[in-house]
Amino acid sequence: MQPPFLAPEDETAAAAIAAIGEELAVFDDWMDRYQYIIDLGRKLPPFPEPWMDEAHRVQGCQSKVWMEACQADGRLFLAGASDAAIVSGLVALLLRVYSGRAPEEIVATDPAFLRDLGLIEALSTNRGNGIAAMARRIRDLAMHAPTAQVPTEQMTPT
Amino acid sequence: MNDMTPSPGFDVDRIRADFPILRQTVRGKPLVFLDSAASAQKPVAVIEAMKTAMETQYANVHRGLHWMSERTTEAYEAARDAVAALMNAPDRHEIVFVRNSTEALNLVAHSYGRHLLRPGQAVLISAMEHHSNIVPWLMLRDSHGIELRVAPISDAGELDMAAFEALLEDGKVGLVSITHMSNVLGTYTPAERIARIAHAHGAKVMFDGSQAIVHRAVDVQAIDADFYAWTGHKLYGPTGIGVLWARRELLERMPPFLGGGEMISSVSYERATWAAVPHKFEAGTPAILEGIGLKAAIDYVRAIGYPAIAAHEAALTEHALASLSAIEGLRILGAAQDRGGVVSFALDRAHAHDVATLLDRFGIAVRAGHHCAEPLMHRFGLESTARASFGVYTTQAEIDTLATALVRVREFFA
Repeated sequence: MQPPFLAPEDETAAAAIAAIGEELAVFDDWMDRYQYIIDLGRKLPPFPEPWMDEAHRVQGCQSKVWMEACQADGRLFLAGASDAAIVSGLVALLLRVYSGRAPEEIVATDPAFLRDLGLIEALSTNRGNGIAAMARRIRDLAMHAPTAQVPTEQMTPT
Repeated sequence: MNDMTPSPGFDVDRIRADFPILRQTVRGKPLVFLDSAASAQKPVAVIEAMKTAMETQYANVHRGLHWMSERTTEAYEAARDAVAALMNAPDRHEIVFVRNSTEALNLVAHSYGRHLLRPGQAVLISAMEHHSNIVPWLMLRDSHGIELRVAPISDAGELDMAAFEALLEDGKVGLVSITHMSNVLGTYTPAERIARIAHAHGAKVMFDGSQAIVHRAVDVQAIDADFYAWTGHKLYGPTGIGVLWARRELLERMPPFLGGGEMISSVSYERATWAAVPHKFEAGTPAILEGIGLKAAIDYVRAIGYPAIAAHEAALTEHALASLSAIEGLRILGAAQDRGGVVSFALDRAHAHDVATLLDRFGIAVRAGHHCAEPLMHRFGLESTARASFGVYTTQAEIDTLATALVRVREFFA
């Protein structure tokens, strides 16, 4: 998969979440943890300038988040960016977990890992943070992907 | 008025003891709450007043003939008297209880704007309004053919009075609606002068006092305003209750905003007739407990006294401006001569969202974003800022904590 879409580095979404948890556990200071997250954001493939528009924006009023998706070989590939450094790092974490996965795997992977790792306080309720909206958009795309084999009870929008 | 004289009775430690929430630690650090302009914390007096009402004195108001309803109505209506006295309103019937300032502004846009302004007339706002004093007028423009005019501000964040007056010259402006204190820049607008100029050109004038009434005494008669809106939760009161004050003759001429119970005199299937002001604007069961809580908040503020509050906050703001402007790469928005306890800033190396996220790890609560004032952000060439705002319980030490943390945040993004 070509940049800006991210190719997966871990075997599965679950393995990616576990790896992120281990990497963050190395730091006992929050400043160091944020430094690590910011660096992840800086290493993201450059997001094309023309895509930084309203059509690519996900909701969130404190910072801007843009994303795009494409499908290949029955998998969903994602690209994303933010104008804020920490949010860019969180975008990188989302992409590492979800990009290059089959729609079924995306739908089955709960974005609650961001909350469990203490990176986001409230995934479902904080409209200020574009990350929660991005996680919802990714799962939404996966649910409506033509190749998706999603059990019907999971198709209900949440 | 000499608001700058420090009150010998003002003891911030004693005041902090009135706010239970401030005793908490956040992320292992003492809570440094610098987001009072979004919503202020509540003193024990407000918490107890609402709790006591629920425990001992509660029923629906204005309708029951029974003892409990009468007592509750008295307590609720006492809030109207307290509000009238706070604003020096000449008549308690001019106090309309609403949910918040946004509802007050929408009420005026609907009941005054649609019915007493004519298509082709204009509404004049300023370039430092909150979205709640922009969007209702955009809606009125689109539905009713009202022109929306915007008076510019200077780089210092002060209203350009010459441009303001020029926008009134053609006599088309029927209503001026302007903030009394900017929630982003902290600027106080010269309310008396604005009202005088607006009236000289045949326009009515409304102030969004959501921020102003928290920090200094508001006298609607001295200002010679026609409408004045504010909200309870920023004045240390509960959420869900706000105030629209308007001249009685205007309220008499305005049709109701919402229809339902409480606001009628009689109803048949052919017609309804309206209750007297202010009740014709208060459809449905009101925010009874919140009204009682608001009265407790007003009593609390008046017991401290506006001169003492203003002096304390002026000292804090001066200290904050000095400490923050000493930080390299930090830009403070606005430099108005007359300003209150709100300081918005941008760091050269970091997005406001990043700044707020890292400050949170120091236990410091600030707001980050466009502060519901996107056009104002764009006026200063920014998408967002961080904002520290102060209340009666804010200390100089907390501002020092903020300044120290900001230096670390900036080093972090080096």
